[in-house]
Amino acid sequence: MNIIEPLVKIALILLINLTTVAYLVYTERRVSAFIQNRVGPNRVGPMGLLQPVADIVKLFFKEDIVPTAANKFVHSLAPLISLIVALSTFAVIPFGNTIHLFGRDIKLMIADVNVGLLYLLALSSLGVYGITLSGWSSNNKYSLLGGLRSSAQMISYELSMGLSIIGVLMIAGSLQLDKIVVHQGNYLGGFLPAWNIFLQPLGFITFVVAYFAETNRLPFDLPEAEPELVGGYHTEYSGMKFGLFFLAEYANMITASAVITTLYLGGWQFPFIENFGFSPLAVSLLQVAAFGVKVALVLLFFIIVRWTIPRFRYDQLMNLGWKVMLPLAVLNIIITGFFILV
Amino acid sequence: MNSERSTIIRKKDLSLWERMYIPEIVKGMKLTIRQMFAPTFTTQYPDERFQPPASFRGRPVLVEENGVERCVACGLCSRVCPALAIEVQAGETELGKERYPEKFEINMIRCIFCGFCEEVCPEEAIIMSQEYELAFTKPQDALFGKDKLVVPIEKVQTRLNFLRANR
Ligand code: SF4
Ligand code: SF4
Repeated sequence: MNIIEPLVKIALILLINLTTVAYLVYTERRVSAFIQNRVGPNRVGPMGLLQPVADIVKLFFKEDIVPTAANKFVHSLAPLISLIVALSTFAVIPFGNTIHLFGRDIKLMIADVNVGLLYLLALSSLGVYGITLSGWSSNNKYSLLGGLRSSAQMISYELSMGLSIIGVLMIAGSLQLDKIVVHQGNYLGGFLPAWNIFLQPLGFITFVVAYFAETNRLPFDLPEAEPELVGGYHTEYSGMKFGLFFLAEYANMITASAVITTLYLGGWQFPFIENFGFSPLAVSLLQVAAFGVKVALVLLFFIIVRWTIPRFRYDQLMNLGWKVMLPLAVLNIIITGFFILV
Repeated sequence: MNSERSTIIRKKDLSLWERMYIPEIVKGMKLTIRQMFAPTFTTQYPDERFQPPASFRGRPVLVEENGVERCVACGLCSRVCPALAIEVQAGETELGKERYPEKFEINMIRCIFCGFCEEVCPEEAIIMSQEYELAFTKPQDALFGKDKLVVPIEKVQTRLNFLRANR
């Protein structure tokens, strides 16, 4: 098998991902500023567009402090785990249909694993190790509490996330993400694209809520709740190690958006594109663009939600997870099964 | 418990629609999205400068009228200053007012912009200006002598008018 092709894809995706992370931080700061009737960073470069560069340079030059009482090895390992997990989830996400370039067919995903969905689930729950280990290794009560909360939260929401995915699985009949996307290319009654969001809105809601909890975004950012836990799990991190956590959080957000897009919003499907009569290459490129736009919109949704909804209390979080989300996810499976049988 | 001064506010139970949470989230998001397009309050500071209203208490200055400061060196301002920021040394002069401040020094690191000096001054000689850019690199720079304190009356006319109007 050709080794160059996957390598090029990996490099491209890493590059795009990391740039997006940088500009996602910028967007988040700008959007939050606009929401609060402020301006946000607008000094560095035109409209503040070079702010991410300045931020990264700053993080690199900061002193890296490791607490004396910390477990040095685990303390350094934890941010790496977080980041690697966040980035490697992208390996199975199809960001376009098979494209015909330079006389060969190129599949626009790094690894076409036939258990893509399982891989996704496995990795997204691995991410919690980074947070828990960082909390434990810092030898700080706030960090430890943050780490513990994170693992408890992950366990509670992992369940409803997995259960809501089962609905998608039942409809598509495959664990392969590519097949799931292709399956969403049909139309319902000739006008509505058969995206899973329309096929199972309940599953969509439970999945999105669970994934918010997985990415530790507000309203579920209890592991780093500033008012009560100082900085949460990353209290004892500074310099680029903190930067890695930061990077991981936003990379996770991108992954989350990509997963939501793939599973529920039709992935790279561009509705009704076959009726316009473009050339196959243009169609493929437009589909990639459609994927990008969808991911960007979901990201914007993530940001706006963060600046809209206050944080949950811990007991509310657990109540929601076990008493509401879990039954809803099970209900979704039952309803889906019922429709498939009928 | 139900004394005269306290009233009990009974929280209404949330309706089922509100308890479903999702519609309320959508409502909240509508608000935040609307705010995104609302005008901002920010002043782009070094480019745009804030022009304070006449009621603003900036750094205290000495009023200069007809080429000479109004101050008669009575020392009231120095006495009233809660931060002990003012130092006045009186001297004699041939002018009608007979006394003048030989040395007048305000330590701008101590000053808390309370405006007591302005209030107590019998001659309306020390008043709060609209200047607020007071950053120093050395503590010595913050000792404002007469050279920095004395400003011509035209520059502080708005504050004088304000004081007359609100006496
Ligand atoms: S404004 Fe207040 S603190 Fe400042 S010099 Fe006058 S009396 Fe003193
Ligand atoms: S500024 Fe006014 S209060 Fe202060 S010494 Fe001069 S006349 Fe007296």
